[in-house]
Amino acid sequence: MNLTTDYAGLLTAILPVVIVFLGASLSLLAEAVLPQRLRWGTQVVLSLVVLIAALVSALVMWRGSPGSLAKDQTAMVMVDLPALGLWMLLLLFAALSVLLMAEREVYGGVSAFTPSGAAIPGSQEERSAGDARLEHSEVFTLLLFSVTGMMLFLASNDLVMMFVALEIMSLPLYLLSGLARRRRLLSQEAALKYFLLGAFASAFFLFGIALVFAYAGSFHLSVIDSMVGASSLSESVLIAGLLMMLVGLLFKVGIAPFHNWVPDVYTGAPTPVTAFMAVCTKIAAVGGLMRVLYVALGAERWNWQPVLAVAAILTMVVGAVIGLAQTDVKRLLAYSSITHAGYILVAIAGAAQVANNVHGFTSVSAVSFYLLTYGVATIPAFAMVTMVRDNGAEVTQLSGWAGIGRKNPVFGVVMAVFMLSFAGIPLTAGFMGKWAVFAAAFQGGWGWLALVGVLLSLVAAVYYLRVIAVMFFREPVEGPEVIDTSAATLIVVVLGLVGTIVLGIIPGPAMTFFQNAGEFLRLGMM
Amino acid sequence: MTTFPWLTVLAVLPLIGALALVFIKGPRARTVGLAFALLTLAVSIVVAIAFDPGAGMQFIEQQSWIPAIGASYSLGVDGMGLLMVLLTTILVPVVMLATWDDPDTTGGRWTSQTFFGLTLLLEGLGLYVFMATDVLLFYLFFEATLIPMFFLIGGFGAAKRSGAAMKFLLFSLAGGLVMLVSVIGIYAVTSGLGNPTYSLQSLQGAAAAGLFANPLGKWLFAGFFIAFAVKAPMVPVHTWLADAAEEASPGAATLMVSVLDKIGTFGMLRFCLGLFPEASLWATPLVLVLALVSVVYGAVAAIGQRNLMRFVAFTSVSHFGFMVMGIFALTSTGIAGSVFYMFNHGLSTAALFLVVGYMVKRRGSADIAAFGGVQKVAPVMAGFLLVSGLSALGLPGLSSFVSEFMVLAGTFAGHPWIAGVGTIALLLSAVYVMNVYQRTMTGPVTEQVARTVHADLTSRERLAVVPLVAIILVLGFFPRPALQLAEPVGAQAVAALQAHGVTDPKPQIPEGQN
Repeated sequence: MNLTTDYAGLLTAILPVVIVFLGASLSLLAEAVLPQRLRWGTQVVLSLVVLIAALVSALVMWRGSPGSLAKDQTAMVMVDLPALGLWMLLLLFAALSVLLMAEREVYGGVSAFTPSGAAIPGSQEERSAGDARLEHSEVFTLLLFSVTGMMLFLASNDLVMMFVALEIMSLPLYLLSGLARRRRLLSQEAALKYFLLGAFASAFFLFGIALVFAYAGSFHLSVIDSMVGASSLSESVLIAGLLMMLVGLLFKVGIAPFHNWVPDVYTGAPTPVTAFMAVCTKIAAVGGLMRVLYVALGAERWNWQPVLAVAAILTMVVGAVIGLAQTDVKRLLAYSSITHAGYILVAIAGAAQVANNVHGFTSVSAVSFYLLTYGVATIPAFAMVTMVRDNGAEVTQLSGWAGIGRKNPVFGVVMAVFMLSFAGIPLTAGFMGKWAVFAAAFQGGWGWLALVGVLLSLVAAVYYLRVIAVMFFREPVEGPEVIDTSAATLIVVVLGLVGTIVLGIIPGPAMTFFQNAGEFLRLGMM
Repeated sequence: MTTFPWLTVLAVLPLIGALALVFIKGPRARTVGLAFALLTLAVSIVVAIAFDPGAGMQFIEQQSWIPAIGASYSLGVDGMGLLMVLLTTILVPVVMLATWDDPDTTGGRWTSQTFFGLTLLLEGLGLYVFMATDVLLFYLFFEATLIPMFFLIGGFGAAKRSGAAMKFLLFSLAGGLVMLVSVIGIYAVTSGLGNPTYSLQSLQGAAAAGLFANPLGKWLFAGFFIAFAVKAPMVPVHTWLADAAEEASPGAATLMVSVLDKIGTFGMLRFCLGLFPEASLWATPLVLVLALVSVVYGAVAAIGQRNLMRFVAFTSVSHFGFMVMGIFALTSTGIAGSVFYMFNHGLSTAALFLVVGYMVKRRGSADIAAFGGVQKVAPVMAGFLLVSGLSALGLPGLSSFVSEFMVLAGTFAGHPWIAGVGTIALLLSAVYVMNVYQRTMTGPVTEQVARTVHADLTSRERLAVVPLVAIILVLGFFPRPALQLAEPVGAQAVAALQAHGVTDPKPQIPEGQN
């Protein structure tokens, strides 16, 4: 054992995380030292620069030979190709979220965030903070810290590291959810709900870790893998630990029956934050879930596959059926996000892995690709929700959207493209994503689960199509208008639109990209 | 064989046209749209002239598309593909001409410019469906055609059009999604063998070698078949058609029934029979019975309709039953007849829908009871209704007779009972067509008709339907050109099935002279 530690080597091995973490710290410093009028702009630029720099460094690492990655088998953070691939998605979508958070024109010259989070809603204090044009520019700091946690979470090769990362990513999110400028009580309620339920989920996760540790004698995923079946303790300890960890992980992904927070939090949180949560949290949580299941508990898959299959069906049913009853666009998108989590879980339950003799498009490739297609439509879809306003207030009631596609055809067509992508109609990204996740399940021998998923996606398609029907076939109503946005939101929408269509027509390059990231690195493979 | 990508040009032209209509403003847009449709027609005629009927798949193009999953951008047409392409390219300008400015003159609808744009979009996507020789590429466009159709129904139809559009889309999507599982299954099977492919040619080769001769093959077959059965509306999954046709505008209904629904029978022949021969044989008895039920039920239901658009829709259910029957008779005559039928049905149904559309536009109602004695007010319109109706009932001398006869003869050779019962529908078709003609056109002119129907067909309206009637007549007396395209398809399909014990009994008729 080499006792001298090569710190520089360790840091460069996780360079993208280091960049984001340093950026977050710098951003915190900027909050402390910069005068108020400079803060907002500085923070926006700083966040974008940091995220893009991290993205570039991840890309450089990707292009280097995979063998140069993670030589250290005992590393607590495993930078393998799936981790790098998901990091790139995470950083890209975080950058888009930053652009949404930077938007001011839509909100009438102010940000989407409350001027003073500590002030009681409706109080004199709040009004004077508004008059003084105070702004919570630390939302960007919070976002960067959250991204740091997310990156670590999906690359953790060690359960303790994973728990720490879970908390780093969650705490800023709880705060961000409570900072909406309008309808603050709803926003604060959402934050509190998210925090309490999230704390419960974390506790379950932690207790699961303890049980798994008791069984395997290690927190390290690869060691746990080698201990499955070789421990002196009963296997039921491991299974109990596995199930409790699943509670924590599935909560973060928003899988039924742990999905109840999703609609409330997505509706209450400021819309840019909702977009960030809907995509980035999902990427991190799904990445972590796959890593734990595939790397540490691959030998236990006969036990967790049925559990995940049932959860996936339940999630798709809840997302599709309850989604049908929604009359609020933001809530509808929340249920949509639950449904999509269900599709992702179908692929994870299928466990198409090289270890299980599947060599084509594996579950990890399929899920990564799906997350790309999902994110590329979800973030701009939320952005478009912010654009429909009546007297400055966001119109989220579907009835307020009646005929908006006839008043403003460009808006209608773009939103329709995102809806079609969610519904998985060909020539949009969503179809190829759906193909990928169900193909993974089919290859893993879970063809029937793919069939169930596909049929439930029909139910979900009803509400996406209803949005289109309301926008185009109904008579326009007075009041709600599509507001002009600043370049920031426009960039997000245009990128999302182009991405959705390009990925739908020529998905080849992206699919090859993620096909290369088909398997997690693990002990014995290096 | 030329290296010029004729088929890509053919499919992309209308798409460019659709894009152009987004930017062009004013009444000029319609002319531009029609020009693009005519240009596409011209290209398709060039392709048809250069096509060699005996040489199988032609004008092949192949490009790498999604190498990760073995899907490629590959196009090609055989006799059936070419007939369908021609049907599409002929009907689009006809529909445009027949519709022209209707959407603008009836209030509360979208503009005719939008109608033309969506029609061109639908044409481009539909052409890709008929020309794709890669299963995933086919699927992609198969589903994509639903979206312009959805807007064509929902944007332009009658009062309850929004619901009808939704019903249309959900039925088709349900079928399509079941098929998606089968499409994915093909990938899982070929990928499991180490070499994922969606190429029709490689899959057909592997299928002939028994790749799908297992229970999974039956499931995959079922996925494809259900989707195509919804598309070519077969009892019991036909219920969407009548509602969609009733609420859609006549132009949209024409495109839906004459072009889009053909994908169903087209797909049954190309994918069900082509990829899953064992499963097709296994399913034949059930399919034939369902086809027979469609034939008879469609005809009986057509007799009972009170709405003209629904009436046409149910005659189509009956006719689609014939096509499916011909395909699953598994004889070369039956299949060739079925392919020819697909083309003829497209023309005669288009004529029927358009003429009915003219009637509805004048009278303001689609109820059969709202008409009476129209013959005296609008003799030309009555004449067109009679000719297209006679074509629908398969009168000798009109093209549909030839194909209907071939289907029945081909079916009779292998399944005399099925064909025997099927002939009942010939009788019923005479009843439903003459019944409708009698009730709407003959007799004294009713008061309401006298008040609303002032003018006979305009020259534009005539110009739209005349080509259809002309082709129906010409192919009725001289079916050779179309049969040259259809017959090799039948022979080839049956030849592929002969390895699985299918014999090809020739009906006792001199071929090609009926």
